[in-house]
Amino acid sequence: MGERYELRCRECGARLGNQPRSFCEECLSPLEITYDYEAIRPALTRASIELGPPSIWRYRALLPIPDDDQPGFPVGFTPLVNAPHLGKRLGVRNLYVKNDAVCFPTLSFKDRVVAVALNAAKHFGFEVVSCSSTGNLANATAAQAARQGFQAWIFVPADIEQAKIIGTQIYGARLVRIAGNYDQVNRLCTQIVEKLRWGFVNVNLRPYYAEGSKTVGFEIAEQLGWRLPDNVVVPMAGGALITKIRKAFDELISLGLVEEKPVRFFGAQATGCSPITTAVKGNQERFEPQKPTTIARSIAIGNPADGYYAIRAIRSSGGWAEDVSDTELVRGIELLAESEGIFTETAGGVTTAVTRKLIQQGRIGPDETTVLCITGNGLKTTDALANTIKIPEAIAPRMTDFEAYVDRVAETEVASTVRAAGASR
Amino acid sequence: MSISVEIPTPLRRFTGGVAKLDSGASSLSELVIDLEGRFPGIAKHLRDEAGQIRPFLNIYVNEEDIRFLGGESYRFKEGDKVLLVPSIAGG
Repeated sequence: MGERYELRCRECGARLGNQPRSFCEECLSPLEITYDYEAIRPALTRASIELGPPSIWRYRALLPIPDDDQPGFPVGFTPLVNAPHLGKRLGVRNLYVKNDAVCFPTLSFKDRVVAVALNAAKHFGFEVVSCSSTGNLANATAAQAARQGFQAWIFVPADIEQAKIIGTQIYGARLVRIAGNYDQVNRLCTQIVEKLRWGFVNVNLRPYYAEGSKTVGFEIAEQLGWRLPDNVVVPMAGGALITKIRKAFDELISLGLVEEKPVRFFGAQATGCSPITTAVKGNQERFEPQKPTTIARSIAIGNPADGYYAIRAIRSSGGWAEDVSDTELVRGIELLAESEGIFTETAGGVTTAVTRKLIQQGRIGPDETTVLCITGNGLKTTDALANTIKIPEAIAPRMTDFEAYVDRVAETEVASTVRAAGASR
Repeated sequence: MSISVEIPTPLRRFTGGVAKLDSGASSLSELVIDLEGRFPGIAKHLRDEAGQIRPFLNIYVNEEDIRFLGGESYRFKEGDKVLLVPSIAGG
């Protein structure tokens, strides 16, 4: 691999070159990618990035990708949309949604990390790629493995949503359902990786994989016109995304691509799986693991690999963390859909509901620029809405039946709108 | 009393390749002392400078995270199977 980047221990600083490995043999701490920023700086400008493709590959100078490599799918560069209607409902004026519900190809931010991880898998010579997943990562790994000619073995907790199971198997991946929670799946994968020469995107390839999350931060800054927001609200599962958005902003500042300014990081979890928010709210530096009980399955990780770093990123930025109940998160899904036309999954419901809570608490001010990171698509978790959305009755295709129908629903707002429209004609 | 301890591949370079062993330790603290006695030098990889179990080392007893069992205050029981997992990944 190139010399522009290499692995470094996050705690003891040991440098380990480039290899499929996620932790330091000396202190057992996680590894991450560090770059030769001085070599990158001269060629990297706002203009050079803007000339790149409309995908994460426009930021490839800041990703662990060899210079001569041809990337696969055009992943990422999802819309950053302003959210005035949601803002009005919540009482703030400068709200934006970073909408990875429409990330290509599998409708979640995991497409970004997998794109980078499979590139590393190719360079390390793996023929089989794998992951432990709550669903979105399973979809992303299976799809991109199919296109790039890898065999895929995907490990998931048995109780994930049906759409995420189908959305994995359709690509020809081998799906292994484990009778246990995500943390147990993850532990098993840690053992498998010792025995088999497989590229686990989020185990032995994890340092490369996690760098893909930085592209959310790069895009937010570029799409805001090369400036940083005041606040970012990020859902937390393993805790990597929030730390990598922070790393992205720090890199843009240090390379002179955006003006330095303080950004506060806010983390969101479901109360039924809230090891990180519990630690932040309790002023603890370390989290206590939990056993998840929430319908927000995609973020139900009780022993988050980057929990410690997420806590640190939040606290040192002056941000905060909050969690919401399953009822509140479903309301969050509805709120975002009704106000901005964006249908997100349970994790996005958590992010939206937590944002509402943070605004109510006065932690996010009405005139500050705030970005909500929406990381997944609602069509994958419709199970969560089974008790909320009722399928309407069918009526006969006759005007009299329609009029009778309107009378039946006369008390609703829709009916009064129809009547008002009719009366004005 | 005896418990069995499984050493994962990455830690076996500190145990001379030993993958599995039995121990009479009755707590995590005693287990670290026992391991250090047999494999001098291993303890510093398991505990940090302050003497705390390293934050990224995960210890399971019969497949349960020891932190759910009371952590360092947990007393091992006859036949417990202990698994050390360095740095859990995922997410």
